[in-house]
Amino acid sequence: MGWGLIRLYAIAVYAFMFLPVAVVVLLSFNANQFGSFPMTGLSLRWFEALWNNDAVMRAFRTSLVLGLMTAVISTTLGILASLALVRYDVPGKNLITTALIAPILVPEVVLAVALLLFLNWLGIGKSFALLLAGHVIFTLPFVILVVQARLVSIRRDVEEAALSLGASPVQTFFSVTLPLLTPAVAAGALFAFTISFDDITGTLFWKPGGVETVPTQIFSMLRNSISPEINALGTVMILLTVGLPLLGAGLARSLSTKRGR
Amino acid sequence: MQSIFDILGIYWINAYHSVNLYLINGATRMSIERREARQPWILLSPALAAVALLLFVPLMFIVVYSFWLRSAVGADTAGFHLDNWQKALSDPFYRYILLNTLKIAAITTVLCAALGYPAAYFIARSRGNKMILLLLLMLPFWISYIIRTMSWINILGASGAVNTALMSLGIIASPIQMLYNEAAVILGLVHFLLPFMVLNVYVSLEGIDTNLEDAATSLGATRWQSFLQVTLPLSLPGLAAGGLLCFVLGAGTYITPLVLGGPRDAMFANLVFEAIITQLNWPLGSALSLLLLMVLGVLVAIYNRYLGMSQLAKGLG
Repeated sequence: MGWGLIRLYAIAVYAFMFLPVAVVVLLSFNANQFGSFPMTGLSLRWFEALWNNDAVMRAFRTSLVLGLMTAVISTTLGILASLALVRYDVPGKNLITTALIAPILVPEVVLAVALLLFLNWLGIGKSFALLLAGHVIFTLPFVILVVQARLVSIRRDVEEAALSLGASPVQTFFSVTLPLLTPAVAAGALFAFTISFDDITGTLFWKPGGVETVPTQIFSMLRNSISPEINALGTVMILLTVGLPLLGAGLARSLSTKRGR
Repeated sequence: MQSIFDILGIYWINAYHSVNLYLINGATRMSIERREARQPWILLSPALAAVALLLFVPLMFIVVYSFWLRSAVGADTAGFHLDNWQKALSDPFYRYILLNTLKIAAITTVLCAALGYPAAYFIARSRGNKMILLLLLMLPFWISYIIRTMSWINILGASGAVNTALMSLGIIASPIQMLYNEAAVILGLVHFLLPFMVLNVYVSLEGIDTNLEDAATSLGATRWQSFLQVTLPLSLPGLAAGGLLCFVLGAGTYITPLVLGGPRDAMFANLVFEAIITQLNWPLGSALSLLLLMVLGVLVAIYNRYLGMSQLAKGLG
């Protein structure tokens, strides 16, 4: 197979991955009253409809709050655990790491069932608390993997210098380690937020009746009737989960180059 | 560019590497300095407690629960009854769905490999904008699963892109039904899982010393021969890892069949969802989800046994 053929094949694969998503974005600006093909013109009517749709806005708020809380809790737990794993010679490190990433080794459906039944038995039925617990445990392994990879690259001697110059371990942590850790913290938090914001498999098991997150809202809109607002909602979600990280990366980059001068 | 790539892309690669690194030589990577032995445990305890309380204990709990009996009113009856397991293991409908799920996951995995390998090879060996190509490869991880799944309705639906195009060209008079069948489910799964395959193959291809291929060519092998004899065998660990991920994730899904499949295209996870959420038969749902866990666990164990760590170690060069 020649290189040209491989290139063509790869382009076709990329097209396969992105064309359907591009069509979602395209159709969300469609003026056609059914929101489907053919395109009859550009309009923002579906975004307007979205803005006035109470159920959707409620789902957005739920998803945002849930995602932010998940990010805070998961990142805190993840940073502490990663520090211990990278910085200390913990006995049984392999076993501990396996245990900590176990939530992504178990199929999410099984995790969802186990958590629902157990917490329900403890008296915590389907509720926001259950949702939060589920999202935290599901995002924790990703945070730990991301943060650990970052931590390994932070040089120890900077901290040792601070310690040898008389800083206490706590002072060293807050004035040396934490600033160096910031990219890892941001990365972990962003990761946790995005995964939580996108999750549907576990969420459908855990959410109480009447509460929807954005993905479950899309899901129920799909099942009830294919409403043209779905494409607009999809576009907004893509903007949030792809655009925000890109924007964040751009900001971080411009800040760090300014600081570097 | 570097830092945008950083944020979007490098995590998955880093995560992949760190999993492997820890599997391979985690034990030998020791901190230079030993401090108080208690401190790491204080740092670890919140995360360990969370995993214990929210994963391990619940898993043990549903093992117990699967032997309980459902009662029509009030709480389920505790005890040791084999009824749920008997039903889960002997019901021909459940067995059919289980086999069908494994079949769908297998087809999906093969398709992902066939589509993903050449694409990964192209990225790994291209001289040009590798960053952009990788960034594009990571992008689907950041686009919601439900949106990527439902996007196929716009393509294949009655008023979707394909039908509209065919009708306006006069090839067909009325829309063809392309959605809500098994093929649509497989298509959706391939679309969802392909990035996992490409990423894993890419990482293992990237770890291969290109000098090996050059050496083979200079010794008289054609490019195709050197690919078959050198590159392909060395990249098999990545292919296997990607395949395992595709299979396990594919076999555990219930959303794709609900969105793109018809009423008869249920997969095993749909049975679990049905038992737990619709029928509220939690003891049976426990048994079914444990069955799924065991079937997929056996596959992971087989992978570890035959293709496991030493192969992965080779793949990382």
